[in-house]
Amino acid sequence: MSTYWEDYDGYLHPEMQGTTSAAAEELRPWTGETRVVGKALPRVDAYERVSGAAQYTADVILPDMLYAAILRCPHAHAMVKSVDTSAAEKMPGVMAVLTGKSPGADIPWYGGKPPQSKLFDPHCRYEGEEVAAVAAQTPYQAWDAVRAIKVEYEELPFVLDEESALKAGAPKLHESGNSLGDPRVTRRGDVEKGFAEADVVLEETFYTSVQIHVPMESHVSVVKWDGDRLTVWKSTQGVYDAVLFPLARTLGIPVNKIRVICRYMGGAFGSKLEVGKHTVIAALMARMTGRPVKAMLSREESLLCVGNRPEAKMTLKAGVKKDGTLTALQLTNVSTPGAYSASTSVGFQVLELYRCPNVMVSERAFYTNAGRARAFRAPGHPQCSWALEQMMDMLAEKIGMDPVDFRLKNFTEVSQTRKLPYTSTGLRECLIEGAAKFGWKEARARKKEDGPIRRGVGMAAGMWQGGAGSPPYTAEVRMFVDGGVTVKTGAMDIGTGTKTVACVVAAEELNARLENVRIVNADTAATPYAQNSAGSMTLPGLIPAVRRGAWLVKRQLIAWGAEALGVPAEDLELRENTVSSRSDPAKKRTVEELMRAHGVMDVIGIGNRDPNPAGRAINPFAAHFVEVEVDTRTGEVRVVRMLGANESGRVINRKTFDNQVFGGMGQGVGFALLEKRVLDNQTGKMCNLNLHDYKMITSLDAPADHQVVAIDPNDYECNNVGCKGLGEPATVPTGAAVANAIYDAIGVRPTHGPIEPRTILELLAEKRG
Amino acid sequence: MPEDHESKCCHPHHGISRRGFLSSVGAGTVAAVSMRGAPPAPAQEILAGAGAVTVSLRINGTARKVLVEPRWTLLYVVRDLLGLTGTKVGCERGECGACTVLIDGRPRYACMTLAVEAEGHEITTLEGLMDGEKLGPVQQAFVEEDAFQCGYCTPGQIMAVEGLLRRNPNPTIEEIRKGLSGNLCRCSAYKHIFNAAAKAAELKRRKEGGAQ
Repeated sequence: MSTYWEDYDGYLHPEMQGTTSAAAEELRPWTGETRVVGKALPRVDAYERVSGAAQYTADVILPDMLYAAILRCPHAHAMVKSVDTSAAEKMPGVMAVLTGKSPGADIPWYGGKPPQSKLFDPHCRYEGEEVAAVAAQTPYQAWDAVRAIKVEYEELPFVLDEESALKAGAPKLHESGNSLGDPRVTRRGDVEKGFAEADVVLEETFYTSVQIHVPMESHVSVVKWDGDRLTVWKSTQGVYDAVLFPLARTLGIPVNKIRVICRYMGGAFGSKLEVGKHTVIAALMARMTGRPVKAMLSREESLLCVGNRPEAKMTLKAGVKKDGTLTALQLTNVSTPGAYSASTSVGFQVLELYRCPNVMVSERAFYTNAGRARAFRAPGHPQCSWALEQMMDMLAEKIGMDPVDFRLKNFTEVSQTRKLPYTSTGLRECLIEGAAKFGWKEARARKKEDGPIRRGVGMAAGMWQGGAGSPPYTAEVRMFVDGGVTVKTGAMDIGTGTKTVACVVAAEELNARLENVRIVNADTAATPYAQNSAGSMTLPGLIPAVRRGAWLVKRQLIAWGAEALGVPAEDLELRENTVSSRSDPAKKRTVEELMRAHGVMDVIGIGNRDPNPAGRAINPFAAHFVEVEVDTRTGEVRVVRMLGANESGRVINRKTFDNQVFGGMGQGVGFALLEKRVLDNQTGKMCNLNLHDYKMITSLDAPADHQVVAIDPNDYECNNVGCKGLGEPATVPTGAAVANAIYDAIGVRPTHGPIEPRTILELLAEKRG
Repeated sequence: MPEDHESKCCHPHHGISRRGFLSSVGAGTVAAVSMRGAPPAPAQEILAGAGAVTVSLRINGTARKVLVEPRWTLLYVVRDLLGLTGTKVGCERGECGACTVLIDGRPRYACMTLAVEAEGHEITTLEGLMDGEKLGPVQQAFVEEDAFQCGYCTPGQIMAVEGLLRRNPNPTIEEIRKGLSGNLCRCSAYKHIFNAAAKAAELKRRKEGGAQ
């Protein structure tokens, strides 16, 4: 049975545990001027991506390949009584039909003890559960055949919200009931004491809607058997942890019989951390037919079945003294992961972001007949930020403090959940430099217009629970006789620029020209182990291993040079393809001479990720600033400019750094203003099952006036490069900053997201009374 | 909805509507086909699907004869039969723009265009912007401005910019935003895409200036 579920729950946490032990030999971050690190450079794989040469999984088209299509339950809750595939089997081009009764298809799924479901479970708990599948010569024929499968369903009553899920006699999703258990409570200090000490106590309820990942490349696998060996091309966030290991367990075959490849990946945001039923379905049908099978989910399927950011119903109570000192924070959150178990936790920032002695977080969840929650870019954090950062503004207003000053007042250099100092926190600089560059004071002081269009500015701070990276990662760095370098890593580049920063760091360490460094990645038969690209840990996890590998190559060549030239190693430097003496540049050997003298044609350094420093917490931070225009006649909100100040340790490539912040903030705007899953109360089915009705930001919503402030904290402690993760903190505070800007514009607070025009009009009407 | 976006959702101006075509298809016999990169599936099995027809498509300046079912989209034919996978499949319902190609120089959604409708029109895909192994100016601008993250919507974005610049060589930022409004980028790399569109206009002007 696949345990990728457990993998998911684990991915947030290993780096929180603080591994310890001395590194093999200390390798410190560069302190002086760097040659390529930190520059604004185009990506090393840009040519492939713009020319069409890049082969994404969706682009894998093999000779003799069949196309799979999956029949999915159209009901929110139903029991499959019978499946008749006889007509489908006779349809043109159909080569295989698969149901739960097919040999080898009775596979438990979704973890749990006992497992919560099966590959094809007759008990369908949400709209979109897998019922049967077809493989045919064209996708058209496969869909024809899917439509010809006759299924008899017994429709069951369904639950979509907490109230109906927990009612006595409610339809049960699982034997254990609809609750995921007692509330999980985390306490620090005594909140009642904290509220008693406060001059101002406020309480507000906040709500955030279900947000769906919508990667532009839908979930897709191509599976090919050669005897008992299996090759899987898969659009995934991790060829090893997300696919190879769980698939080997699921199919009961050794790891070494499976090869997983994902050279280019069309987006994921957390939704591609699993094998996915479609992959196993493709593997089973490929075995039945002896032909490769491609299973690509339609856009509708991807909206229903492969994950979302769960909703959050948060009540936050906060106490503050007149001087701005926080005395207590108390958060309760109720959420639903949908039909199967998943984390819905949001509380971290309440416990961690600001200095506060008395905190309590209580969270619970219940099952509903809806698609499952998965990790989604900074799981829990944008939701928490929505509540916490709006509350911070509410408190600041009550005590007459500027929102930026109020946050600075409660700044902390110590991780309160771990009782450890951070290796670095640039939150203070994010706030101060961000505010200065944005023109915060001036914008706040600006007189409000009287017309129908109101302008406002807002800001929010945030952090990400992960972003440290930790072992294990292995990177292979290989230098050829002419000084050319190849980096090999199993890590994905999910769009963040992993390949580019890996090459940049190798080039820096080896004094090589960047264009002379090539990277091969994400192929379990060819590249060494890397963890999933998730948790903003690929940069800080992988890149120190790459540097270690490059450093080993350099050390070997310099040792050979010292021996050949009779000069001490400390006097030698490696530059492109030559080792030479600093004091006497005439003393030199080419890399080729050194290698040939030792009977080799290449030198390979295997770099492992060193452990993180003991007794330190490692996290990235951010402060985001937003200006909006609100049309009080229509309720429309336009984001006119934004600024993101992010601190993620050392910047390796300024171009990809900025791009991450732009993108994270863009998604944050969607979270605040547009994105929500709409379920029909009458049928339990999703109403906005397309990209016209499930709204994401477009080029018309993204402000052209968008700036990034990169804060470098000179962190020489977190790892040998000094970098932390960026992908997730880039989206955490944006939504709350938008909400705060709207409040600044119209004087009423939108606590329920997304803030649609209707919401604004209702709030304004309420205000008018 | 902006004009550009709307027009992309529609069928090519001179094409046959889906409904009109389907009603006129007969069960005619089919000539031999030339399919580069196509799966070597027996033609008989494909024919059994529905009355397939031969269409002659002019793609990136080369005429190609293809055996297609009338319901097959240009997107499917270009990618899965001809192996031109620069054009991406994103939603197959005219919403995301990943499949944008130029038809007679204007950006169109290949997922909303039947292959049979595209006959007689000049089709340009991402591959058609290349000059041998050299990138075209819009592609080069996307590289220099880091105008993508995962890169999957990028071919569509590039084709949208190419189409925009062919009718408007000097677009304002608002015209750029409007011209790209039919192409979703979930990574939200819009800021860099705007920069790339402006840079592309400059590179194109420079190229044309140099050629004169």
